[in-house]
Amino acid sequence: MGPTAKRTWIHAWLFLSPAMILLIAFTHYPAAVTLFHSFFSTPRGKRSAKFVGLENYETLIADDTFWTVLVNNLWYALATIPLSIGIAIAMALWVDSKLKGRSFVRMAYFTPTVLPLIAVANIWMFFYTPGFGLIDQIRGAFGFAQQNWLGDPESALNAVIVVAIWKEAGFFMIFYLAALQTIPTSLREAAAIEGAGRWYFFRRVTFPLLMPTTLFVSVNAIINSFRLVDHIFIMTEGGPDNASSLLLFYIYETAFRFWDTAYASTLTVVLLLILFTVAIGQFLLLDKRVHYR
Amino acid sequence: MTGISVKGLTKRWDTATAVDDVSFDVEPGSFAVLLGPSGCGKSTILRLISGLESASAGTITIGGKDVTALPPAERDLSMVFQSYALFPHLTVAENILFGLKVRKISTRDQQHRLERVAELIGLSALLDRRPNQLSGGQQQRVALGRAIIAEKPVCLMDEPLSNLDAKLRHEMRVEIRALQRKLGMTMVYVTHDQAEAMGMADRIILLKDGRIEQNATPAETYRKPATSFAGRFIGTPPMNVLALDWNGNDARFHGQNAGTTAPIFSGKPQTPVSIGIRPEEISFSASSPCRATVETVEYLGADTLVDCRIGSERLTVRARNADNLKTGADVGLSWPRDAVHLFEAASGRRRDDLLIGADA
Repeated sequence: MGPTAKRTWIHAWLFLSPAMILLIAFTHYPAAVTLFHSFFSTPRGKRSAKFVGLENYETLIADDTFWTVLVNNLWYALATIPLSIGIAIAMALWVDSKLKGRSFVRMAYFTPTVLPLIAVANIWMFFYTPGFGLIDQIRGAFGFAQQNWLGDPESALNAVIVVAIWKEAGFFMIFYLAALQTIPTSLREAAAIEGAGRWYFFRRVTFPLLMPTTLFVSVNAIINSFRLVDHIFIMTEGGPDNASSLLLFYIYETAFRFWDTAYASTLTVVLLLILFTVAIGQFLLLDKRVHYR
Repeated sequence: MTGISVKGLTKRWDTATAVDDVSFDVEPGSFAVLLGPSGCGKSTILRLISGLESASAGTITIGGKDVTALPPAERDLSMVFQSYALFPHLTVAENILFGLKVRKISTRDQQHRLERVAELIGLSALLDRRPNQLSGGQQQRVALGRAIIAEKPVCLMDEPLSNLDAKLRHEMRVEIRALQRKLGMTMVYVTHDQAEAMGMADRIILLKDGRIEQNATPAETYRKPATSFAGRFIGTPPMNVLALDWNGNDARFHGQNAGTTAPIFSGKPQTPVSIGIRPEEISFSASSPCRATVETVEYLGADTLVDCRIGSERLTVRARNADNLKTGADVGLSWPRDAVHLFEAASGRRRDDLLIGADA
């Protein structure tokens, strides 16, 4: 290796190192340690951790709460992802058109993204309050009975789903808005000359051209559907009867309320596996149908 | 066949008037070029005809039908955009068929027409490609194909060749003209390139500041420019338009000494005028009384551009066999009498009447 090549090599590592140190210290190392811990028992008092093989995973399979939480999380993902993406596209199309007070509307749509989820949760607590809350006030005006949205196992999960959609749609809208603005207006004009209606143009031109954005946004939406749990701490604490508990919330409870760190590690490994599989699958599946310019 | 008639067409935005009371007719099956410098309103007129913009005043008639208030799709026309406006995610075939699919033409008919058009524009081998896999010229052909397959009687083109290199531009020029003749389309073509307009048009509609300067055949536009602007816009290098000073009945260029030089022009000194002479009409003649000093010599191969100074004015001569001229040389210039155009100094309007009985 000549001196120049050696210098280039050193420079390369110097440039790589900041990001690499952060990634290894706070992502890769913890992930590896978590996997390691999931094969040991939880250390308690003087009893140190001992190797238990797949025992934690057997516990997991037999754990009813885990399955409840997993099904909750799947429902949470299936509801939040398509709805927040659909609403985001609709809002983006609307604020991309010629509109009075356009920048105000854009800002208004983006506000939920700027607010911390904890604050958002408190706002929605007020909306959902039985009897006094905004929703019940409106329902009351039409003669409906009071409803405890967050206290009823039937509605608690849906209530937190609505909050997540409200929070996410504005964020995704920004990406769609940016993508819409890269579509030249001449395409719309060419379609107008051919007599294509708005819906036809959206279906055949706009939506396909938004596919790269949709892929990016949906990967984010899936990750968020496992990650966005802050509002559950404020609104329901996973209750009633785990009706609104999600995987990450359950991991938190297991690790820092019940201090069962080994089992929490096991749950985390499962969460990582799910996210990993979904992300890979998404790229492989959608990549063929996405047209990158 | 379908003609286009535009009457009193005006387009105003809040403060600016882009098109100001423009009227013209395009004969059925003819090739009309809207020509002018950027900002003259030529593209706006095309967009008004297509229906992509709505007129502030005036009427547009296509094939005898008033279409002023109709949406683009109901005007029975096709259009080629400067940017081509190809759908990047669709193949060449899908791009060309886009309009037929919108109108739900039967699949058999679609394929039939696609084959014919692809052959006509030489794209048969590329139908499965995406636009980003094509060269600029090929993309241009796809845009052309999309316009042709619609089989509309009127075709509008907005600077379709401006993104191509010079050689390709010339080829496409010939090709578009041939296609237009073959298919008998009525064509309205926008360009800022006077060579394109001269080579393709049946009629050139020359625009400036949203108004028509001249509407004539290419030959007439060249031979009898209606204004000094028209004279300078058509032809390369542009026509020499020089202000004249009157001295009694004699006119000389600015800064020419009345005592020592012969007049350029003698006539009736009632109006301030400028004289226009095309560079290619001027020749060097040693015996000519009109003397000039050579300032720059630009050798172009077939001919040479020589900038000369007369008095305080400069004029360009385009001549053959003049490359041996030296800067600073004293030369005599002459031009045939019928090469002289007179324009009113203030308005720039052509004043042939001043030439009658005058001695140029």
